[in-house]
Amino acid sequence: MTDRSLFLLAVAVTLGLALLSLFIGVSSVSLAALFSEGPDSRAMQVLLISRIPRTIAILLSGVAMAVAGMIMQMLTRNRFVEPSTAGTVESASLGILAVTILTPSMPLIGKMVVASLFALGGTGLFLAILNRIQWKTVLIVPLVGLVLGGVISSIADFFAYRYDLLQTLSTWRNGDFSGVLRGRYELLWITAALTFVAYLAADRFTVAGMGEAFTTNLGLAYKRVMTLGLVIVSIVTAVIVVTVGIVPFLGLVVPNIVSMFVGDNMRRGLPWVALLGGFLVMLCDIAGRLVRFPYEIPVGTVMGVVGSVLFLYLLLSRRTSHG
Amino acid sequence: MIKVSKLSKAYGDTIVVDDVNLDLPRGGVTAIIGPNGAGKSTLLSMISRLLPMTAGSVTVGGLDVSKTLSGELAKRLSILRQDNHIAARLTVRDLVSFGRYPHSKGRLTVKDKEHIDRAIAYLNLEPLADRFIDEMSGGQRQRAYVAMVLAQDTEFVLLDEPLNNLDMKHAVEMMKLIRRAASETGRTIVLVLHDINFASCYADHIVVMRDGKLAYQGTPAEVVTPEIMRDVYEIDIKVHTIAGQLISVYYD
Repeated sequence: MTDRSLFLLAVAVTLGLALLSLFIGVSSVSLAALFSEGPDSRAMQVLLISRIPRTIAILLSGVAMAVAGMIMQMLTRNRFVEPSTAGTVESASLGILAVTILTPSMPLIGKMVVASLFALGGTGLFLAILNRIQWKTVLIVPLVGLVLGGVISSIADFFAYRYDLLQTLSTWRNGDFSGVLRGRYELLWITAALTFVAYLAADRFTVAGMGEAFTTNLGLAYKRVMTLGLVIVSIVTAVIVVTVGIVPFLGLVVPNIVSMFVGDNMRRGLPWVALLGGFLVMLCDIAGRLVRFPYEIPVGTVMGVVGSVLFLYLLLSRRTSHG
Repeated sequence: MIKVSKLSKAYGDTIVVDDVNLDLPRGGVTAIIGPNGAGKSTLLSMISRLLPMTAGSVTVGGLDVSKTLSGELAKRLSILRQDNHIAARLTVRDLVSFGRYPHSKGRLTVKDKEHIDRAIAYLNLEPLADRFIDEMSGGQRQRAYVAMVLAQDTEFVLLDEPLNNLDMKHAVEMMKLIRRAASETGRTIVLVLHDINFASCYADHIVVMRDGKLAYQGTPAEVVTPEIMRDVYEIDIKVHTIAGQLISVYYD
């Protein structure tokens, strides 16, 4: 099978899963009901207001989070970095928390802009710290990110505690699609646009992944490529934190799996990363809906379990392959 | 040609390259030699705009490297540093293809593909073309990097210790190939070398640096003499003519 037909098959499987997702949930929606009861039926309303938005939100955020992880790994030249191991997610959460406390009436788009700026600042701080560290081993880099993230999130915790917003804060940190309704997820389309931009700039990111000297030699401005990547990652993170919450491990696991098979040339790998990201979140969300039916387990929790197992496997298999 | 004038690099009070004036003619192979810490790599990095200069100026083929757009310069000048470490999993072909980036901006034409195939063939990398570089030996990787720089097809090629990681067989092959690239395509190749015998056997022109300054320059016959070598390296070095080549012997 050629690469192309394999990819198309994978697209078909993911879309099939998405279709299935439309019919899974507490309120029963069946094809028969949709056809027999007409456009104003309850089944049709559930489909239009809840199921379709939810399915789109899953795909959009899965794609964007996986691609954001891939960009971060390229820019930091480290396999274990993603927005949640670089202080990006924590900074974005702190940003929305600040807006929620200071100007609660600000519209969602405004909150998103502030969260993006915080995410950009936090990630920039992470990179600045990395620049000053001489002894940079593969694991030190994400550890620095986790420590920084811990410091930022403890600041957020403190204020959330004082203003009685701890529960709100946890919804940003743990992805959950059960609250997605028409009118409350459309911001996620921004991430689709950003993913497309990332695809257009894929060669630049791959070149930047070779390091500053190679990038300069090939005539690209290293700092500009870095900035573009950081802006994309920060906005994507902020949008997802504001709308559905972060799904842990996704940005780490997906690019690593794809890298094993396809390599790191982003022009070739990005479509796979995007697809697998959407697929995996879809799968985890459906599992979360079915495991304790009629109750739901948030996708973040499911992915936390699945992702950590996958991640451990990747860690251990890599170690053996490198002796 | 490459024209270096009054070039200096200082880190705080430490002067690494000190007021260097140097004119390198177009075409041929120039080797820069000298003891550790002489400023060879720093000089090469400044010529190739990888490192900003503290004072002075460099023009390469008439282009001032600190004023010319980096993308334009990348079509005329390429540089490979030592100790390259690419963490990304790229195949040899991917890597060499990126050498065409300054010309193609990612959209490879038929002509680009010809350059890529030729560079891969030039370094005998055909059997490895679809292998990932992170799964290859240091020597194979080094050859892949050089293939990338050759695919860039620039008039000026700067190589910092290209023999790093190469065993004797591959080191000799690499030098022959560099010679061939210089004479067949008329490129100007400047390389930093540690081994003075490689420099004397393969270079047209040798530049000797010491303490950040240009100490000597000339043809191998002019530069590789016991007096100059002793002066620069501070050990007794005998120079013998063996099979028509100047060989330095410095093993006591």
